[in-house]
Amino acid sequence: MLLTPAESQALFLSLRVSLVAVGAALPFAVVTAALLANRRFPAKPVVDGLVHLPLVLPPVVIGYLLLLMLGTRAPVGAWLLHTLGIRFVFSWTGAALASAIITFPFQVRAIRLALESIDAGLGEAAETLGAGWFDRFVNLTLPLALPGILAGAITAFAASLGEFGAIITFVSNIPGETRTLPLAIYSALQAPGGEDEALRLSLISIVLALIGVTLAEIADRRVRASLGR
Amino acid sequence: MTATMSVDVYLSHDFAGFSVDAAFSIDSPGITALFGPSGAGKSTIINAIAGLLRPREGRIVINGREVFDSAKNLFVSPRARHAGYVFQDSRLFPHMSVENNLRFGWRRAEQPASETDIAHVVELLGLAPLLARLPARLSGGERGRVALGRALLSSPELLLLDEPLAALDAARKSEILPYLERLRDETRLPMLYVSHSLEEVSRLADNMIVLQSGRIAAQGSVFELMSDLKFALLLGSQPFGSVIDTRVKEHLPNGLTALEFAGGIFLVVKIARSARSRVRVHIRAEDVMLALEEPKAVSANNVLPARIAAVEAQGAAHANIQLACGEVRLVARITQASLARLDLKPGSDVFAIVKSVTVDPQISAV
Repeated sequence: MLLTPAESQALFLSLRVSLVAVGAALPFAVVTAALLANRRFPAKPVVDGLVHLPLVLPPVVIGYLLLLMLGTRAPVGAWLLHTLGIRFVFSWTGAALASAIITFPFQVRAIRLALESIDAGLGEAAETLGAGWFDRFVNLTLPLALPGILAGAITAFAASLGEFGAIITFVSNIPGETRTLPLAIYSALQAPGGEDEALRLSLISIVLALIGVTLAEIADRRVRASLGR
Repeated sequence: MTATMSVDVYLSHDFAGFSVDAAFSIDSPGITALFGPSGAGKSTIINAIAGLLRPREGRIVINGREVFDSAKNLFVSPRARHAGYVFQDSRLFPHMSVENNLRFGWRRAEQPASETDIAHVVELLGLAPLLARLPARLSGGERGRVALGRALLSSPELLLLDEPLAALDAARKSEILPYLERLRDETRLPMLYVSHSLEEVSRLADNMIVLQSGRIAAQGSVFELMSDLKFALLLGSQPFGSVIDTRVKEHLPNGLTALEFAGGIFLVVKIARSARSRVRVHIRAEDVMLALEEPKAVSANNVLPARIAAVEAQGAAHANIQLACGEVRLVARITQASLARLDLKPGSDVFAIVKSVTVDPQISAV
C-alpha cells in the first residue's frame, strides 16, 4: 500500500509526537512512581489524584487548560516565548506535551506496580553488600522494574497515537505540524467525498497498532528472559 | 587480616507481645551458632548486627568499631558495617548472572579481594560450572552456595548466616554442609550461624549461644554444651548427644580407623581421611549403654571406662547421665528403672558401651 505525501506526513508526525511524548514523560513517570510506591506521606492522596486526573478528565478540558496556561498571551506561555523562545501552541511539540500529560497516568501506574512487586529483601541484600540508595536504584530497582517500565511506555505510546481532543484544542489542526493520524481522519471526514481517505487512514492506524502490539510482545519476552523469568 | 576479631553485642528490642534481651561477645574465629526454636529472637539479633533492624536499645561493636549505640544515637548503615549476610532465601539478584552476583559486593568493597581470592572462593564452593547462569536456572543448593560466595567476596569482617539450610531438603542440605565445614576450617572469618537444627549446629559450630523466648539460656563451646545435662533439658525431646573433637590416629588392617581423643580411642569403620586430620564425631545419648563390669563378649567396638559426673531426670521414665571419660564428657540416656537397678550415682565407675559413632561425611573429591 503506497501512501500519499499527506498520509505519510500524518503517519510520521503521529509517530514522532508519541515517541517524544512517551520519552519525555518517562523519567518523570519513574520518579513519580518511585515516590508513590511502598511509601506513605501526608500529601500522597493529593499527588495520587493529580497523577490520575488526566485519566478521568475529558481530553478537551486538558487541551483547554494547556491553552489557558501556555497560550502566547497566557502568563507561562508568554514567559516561555520571550525568555526561552519556546512556543507550544500551533506546534508539534505542543501536541507531544498534550499527549504526554494525557498518557502520564498509564506510565505511572505500570511502573508503580512493577516497583511494588520487587522483593524488598533484594534491596537489603544489596545494602549489606555495600550498595547505597542510588546504586541500588540504578542497578537493582530499574532493571527489575524494566518489564513494568516497558509495559507502561508501550501503553502510553499506543494511547498517545489515538489522542485527539487535547491536541486539537491545544495546538489546532495544522497539516504537517499538528495533524496526526486521528486529526487527519477527522479532517478527511469533514471534507466532501473524503470517506475513502478516512478509510485508508484508518487502515494505516490499524496496521500501526498491530505492528506495535507485536513489537511490544517481543520486547517484553526478551526483557523477561534477561531477568530469568 | 586483623589479629583480633571480636563482636560485642548488647541489645534490647520489643515486638508486639515479645521482647529480645541479649548480650554476648564472640572473640574467636570459627562458627558461633545462634541456636533456638523459631521466634526465640535469633533473626532479630543478626538483623541488628547487620543493621537491617534498629533495636530500641543497645550497643554493637564489630572488631572494635562501634556500629550501633543507642545512648549516643549512633547507627552505622548496613553498607558500612562490613558484615556479610547469607539470607535463608539466598536473595540472589535475578537479573544478574552468577558471576555478576558474586562480584556485586566485591566491586563495592573498600579493599576488594584479589582475582586469586575470587578463584579460590569459586573453587572452594564449586561454583565454576555455574558462573554464566542466571539464578532462576540454579537449584536450591546451588543458590545457597552462590549466596555464600557473594557474601564472602564482599570482604566482610564477619559473616552472618540466617538459617542458610532451612529451606532445603535433606539431599540439598548434605550438599552444602561440607562446603560450610571447609569454609570454617579454611578461613579465619568469624561466623554467626542462626539455626534451629541441632544437627547442623553440632556439625558446624565451635561455640553456641542458646536462645529461648528472647533471652540467652546457655552459652559455651559446642563440645561442652552438647554434653551438658542442663542443655539436654532445654532440648526437650530432640535427639541429644555428645560432640567430640578427635584426630585420626591410624588406619587398622581390620578395616577400622582409630580416632584418638582426650579420653581414649574410638574405633570406627574406615574413613577416607589422612592420619592426624581432625575429625568431629557425634555420639547420641541413646547409643551409649552402661555396664558396671567390663563386658567381655560384646559386639560393640567401643567400650570406655568412665565415671559418672552427673545424673538428671528426663521426663518421668528417662535419666540423662553425664560421664567423665578422661577430660571428655559423654552423655548417655537410660531409663530410670535401669538407673535404680544398677544403683548409679555421681562418682560411680562404669563402662560406657558406645553402640555407634557417627563421623560427618566429607566432600568426596577434595
